Amino acid sequence: MMLNGVTIDDTFAEAFNMRGTRVIITAQNLKWAYHAANAMTGFATSVIACGVEAAIERELTADETPDQRPGVSILMFAMGSAVLMKQLETRMGQCVLTCPTAAAFSGIEGDPETVTRIGLGKNLRFFGDGFQISKRLGGKRYWRVPVMDGEFLTEETTGMVRAIGGGNFLVLAESQPQALAACEVAVEAMRKLPNIIMPFPGGVVRSGSKVGSKYKSMIASTNDAFCPTLKGLVKTQLSPEIESVMEIVIDGLTTDDISKAMRVGIQAACELGATNGIRRVSAGNYGGKLGPHLFHLHKILEGTA
Amino acid sequence: MSALTFTLMATPQQRIDCSPLTPDRLAGMSPSEIAGIELQCGKQRFPAGELFEIKGKSGSHIVIENSEGKLDNIGHGMQGGHITVNGNAGDYAGFAMTGGELVVEGSVEAFAAGGMRGGLLHIRGSAGDFLGGAIAGDRQGMKGGTVIVTGNAGDRTGDQMRRGLLLIEGNVGDYCGSRMIAGTIGVLGDVGQYAGYAMRRGTLLLQKKPLLHATIMDCGLHTLPYLKLMYKSFAGLPTSFVQLQQNRVRRYAGDIANDGKGEILILQ
Repeated sequence: MMLNGVTIDDTFAEAFNMRGTRVIITAQNLKWAYHAANAMTGFATSVIACGVEAAIERELTADETPDQRPGVSILMFAMGSAVLMKQLETRMGQCVLTCPTAAAFSGIEGDPETVTRIGLGKNLRFFGDGFQISKRLGGKRYWRVPVMDGEFLTEETTGMVRAIGGGNFLVLAESQPQALAACEVAVEAMRKLPNIIMPFPGGVVRSGSKVGSKYKSMIASTNDAFCPTLKGLVKTQLSPEIESVMEIVIDGLTTDDISKAMRVGIQAACELGATNGIRRVSAGNYGGKLGPHLFHLHKILEGTA
Repeated sequence: MSALTFTLMATPQQRIDCSPLTPDRLAGMSPSEIAGIELQCGKQRFPAGELFEIKGKSGSHIVIENSEGKLDNIGHGMQGGHITVNGNAGDYAGFAMTGGELVVEGSVEAFAAGGMRGGLLHIRGSAGDFLGGAIAGDRQGMKGGTVIVTGNAGDRTGDQMRRGLLLIEGNVGDYCGSRMIAGTIGVLGDVGQYAGYAMRRGTLLLQKKPLLHATIMDCGLHTLPYLKLMYKSFAGLPTSFVQLQQNRVRRYAGDIANDGKGEILILQ
């Protein structure tokens, strides 16, 4: 399959089941909402070492937030519910409770059969040392915790759902700047979509990995088949003109969200086309044996996935 | 579907216990069965059909016409549906109700909404003493739901209230929020003496500052973001509280003679 002169490999991305949650963070203005959200989603690129994968989903206007202040929504994913709950509590405590004027609210509601309630401010209330105040409004419990700037306001719980992590595609280009430029436009287009995040720096990862290593202590190591400087040494996946490969990893709430994001991202990257050095789009997988969700690039672009 | 209408035929000599007349209790009953329901009236019991002219079929909506202050326990323990009272109601209106909507076009006597757990009680007139308060022997008053009073409320409003929302557009008497355990009481009019007397937790949201007693402590002026959240929760309620916007308040905490975790917020 070709798209604007770019070869789309007949392959698939392999993704895994995760647990996901959304938190709405508001503040006096967007600047401080971003301070809290950036802190909360910092060091959250990969579950391998960070515990969770998290990023800002989108900005919210004052009309869209519970307390009618501007804010942002955050999506956070982990391999299991216990890790997600622990990371959420820790990050809330250190990044949102501490941030001037910030407040936090649930971002996922719904049927208790599909949405599990997990603690958001449930345990942070104890920071109030007995002076915390509970308010039940509209069927939801909120906590007002006295802090030095006034009150920290937080909803008691947020919703946790089954989610999917590890949707991805690779952009193969003739040069590093061209690969990055294509990834930048792809990420920009994908950030307009709901229910997904690209957790790596700027939404792009340059160190795609394979399972295993020559070193016993390593469970994953560099994806040598896609490393351009190793073309002559290993069983490479790269043709001679490819000089740089970058990957966009997507976590989302549903398979449809990830499919849509991959389609939008690939189409945006391919708009630059072969004339701008974009030669191939591929995807990372483990032979289809590890992850239960397979995102076939051709099916996604044909709209049949 | 037309409402099931009970029209009081004559002013009763004694108080009538109307607690059996709720939409959930009358569900599926035939007109003759409804007319045969015995209602306590003083020391005697009378069939409902002898006290009320009954029209319509049982359904989710009940209307009580010609109602007056001797009809007690209207909406007692109701779980759903809608009751409209055209006239006044007696004691214990909406007592222990858990759902649905009770609208009293007139005024109610004492202990309305005591033990209420859910639903909406809308009193277009005024309420007597112990609105949302605990009856003797109970350790908690209102435990949930929403009460709106368009007129005034008497003394001991929200006494030992545990949870829920009491919104009074007029004035309230003395000891508002006394021994309050939690919940929120809003008052747009004047408030009598000893507001928040012995309150443990909970919030009194007042438009006008009452004379406060010595164990209610001034915590200064504040802008509280949570008030926006609370105002948002008022949306759709038939009350002028929906027009509130200001989240700048003077915060008083107390009663420090009883734990001191309650608050009286005076809107600025």
